[in-house]
Amino acid sequence: MEIFEVIQPGPLTTVQDLGRYGYQQYGVPVSGAMDNYALRVANLLVGNNEGEACLEITLLGLQLRVLKDTVVAITGADLSPMLNKSSLPMWEAVIVGRGDTISFPWPKRGCRSYLAVAGGIDVPKVMGSSSTHVKSHIGGLEGRPLCAGDYLKSGQARPTILGRRLPPQYVPEYQNQSELRVILGPQDDYFTEEGIHTFLCSEYTISIKADRMGYRLEGPRIEHKAGADIISDGIPLGAVQVPGDGLPIVLLADRQTTGGYTKVATVITVDVLKLAQAKPGDKVRFLQITEGEAHRFLKEYEQTIYTLKRWIRQSH
Amino acid sequence: MYDKPRFLAGGDKAFFIEFGNAVAPALQRRVQRLMLVIRNEKIPGLVEAIPTYRSLLIHYDPLQTSPKELRDRLESLEQRLEDSEFPKPTVTEIPAVYGGEYGPDLEFVAKHSGLTPEEVAQIHTSTTYLIYMLGFLPGQPYLGGMSSRIATPRLETPRTRVLRGSVGIAGNLTGIYAVESPGGWQIIGRTPIRLFNPHKEPPALLQAGNYVTFVRITPQEYTRIEEMVQQGTYKVKETPWCEG
Repeated sequence: MEIFEVIQPGPLTTVQDLGRYGYQQYGVPVSGAMDNYALRVANLLVGNNEGEACLEITLLGLQLRVLKDTVVAITGADLSPMLNKSSLPMWEAVIVGRGDTISFPWPKRGCRSYLAVAGGIDVPKVMGSSSTHVKSHIGGLEGRPLCAGDYLKSGQARPTILGRRLPPQYVPEYQNQSELRVILGPQDDYFTEEGIHTFLCSEYTISIKADRMGYRLEGPRIEHKAGADIISDGIPLGAVQVPGDGLPIVLLADRQTTGGYTKVATVITVDVLKLAQAKPGDKVRFLQITEGEAHRFLKEYEQTIYTLKRWIRQSH
Repeated sequence: MYDKPRFLAGGDKAFFIEFGNAVAPALQRRVQRLMLVIRNEKIPGLVEAIPTYRSLLIHYDPLQTSPKELRDRLESLEQRLEDSEFPKPTVTEIPAVYGGEYGPDLEFVAKHSGLTPEEVAQIHTSTTYLIYMLGFLPGQPYLGGMSSRIATPRLETPRTRVLRGSVGIAGNLTGIYAVESPGGWQIIGRTPIRLFNPHKEPPALLQAGNYVTFVRITPQEYTRIEEMVQQGTYKVKETPWCEG
């Protein structure tokens, strides 16, 4: 059933879920929400399964007209969401009525906001996922970002509790300076000792070349032993690729499946979330940790989601 | 090829299993065979794998399996690869128009190689190419075995838009654009067949480890095949591959 009409799409609003898995062997990128915590929480708040399709709104500009009474939750970046002329509370299930306007006029904190609607955004699944990958014209709304005049449908809503609000200790605070924990490799042996030292001890600035595919960073150049080219291999989420110019690129949700440049390290899963909310001009530093430590952080993160799910089930 | 495969870190949800550091059919075969075994084995916690020239990137779920357990399992599967039977590779025929609006850089490649455009097309269609891997963009094959006589550097300024089906040369590689994208390869021709269809299973026409050849067609045949592809009546020609 049609639930929203797009009045203004903003620079980049796409339909995303948790991503498209199993097809990277055919060259199909994973895509999916850049900040999967915000997407999962938004869904849980409106009574959806954690992985339903949501709108991912980049920085500002989206304006929707509500076509039917429903429940929404907005999480992630604070883009000053408004319901008609008053501000719309975030991290909370909110009822919206037919004829209302939801808008995101300007960014206050963070980079990407998520709007979940009861029943999820209903688009045809492509290779098992609703996520949009704009470059290969797959998923979402005809494989493209939202346009003015688009109509969005929602799926079957489940019973939900209005005013359900995320306990404040679970609302993340987005910083302009982040520490990104990394596991070195796969090609850390292609760099000089000096190069690894530069990478781990310098501050980098997110450049304007920062999108869903990856963030180019500016800062001290990382020295290779003898060139930046490798025989192309696979690229994991969070891979820190260093091409010939020595400046790192962190590869994110829409990354290409394979590439031919050295990768010095990989940002751990839970810290990719910090990067998803970082903007050009923000600063990052890299900190080396072990695989075992990273798994401990990942388990803590999943435990948090599990706790929230239980809390939501009990509050019914 | 290494004596033993190397395991390399790929973050907290992935690692690489690497067999060597070269572009060589024997290495590719090893990668491809382990991929086939993985597909059949349904290993708990293994999410997916990306096979490339000389390694596989294994994605796993650390909440379901430990990396150590998974590495041990893969190592033992790898040691027993010789015991398994594998399907024989096939050769897929790719019809393509060379030159003209279909291959705007054919003239340049000919000049660069000191050949006529006819000779370039003739050399390009007389080789059977190994599909080393699919990657970068959906359905895109990386082909090996092109004659060095027609090797040509990439365009100095990449095009912002290369049409789907374009056949290109970059250095001593040749390939096909499976989806429309920006690109810097020298475009010598174009095929009407679709290498990637998101609504098919699997979505890619070609598979790593198999082979392709190019067959020269006329613009009239291009139009006819294109119509058949659109109607879903075109049958891609596939034959068993014979060594040598």
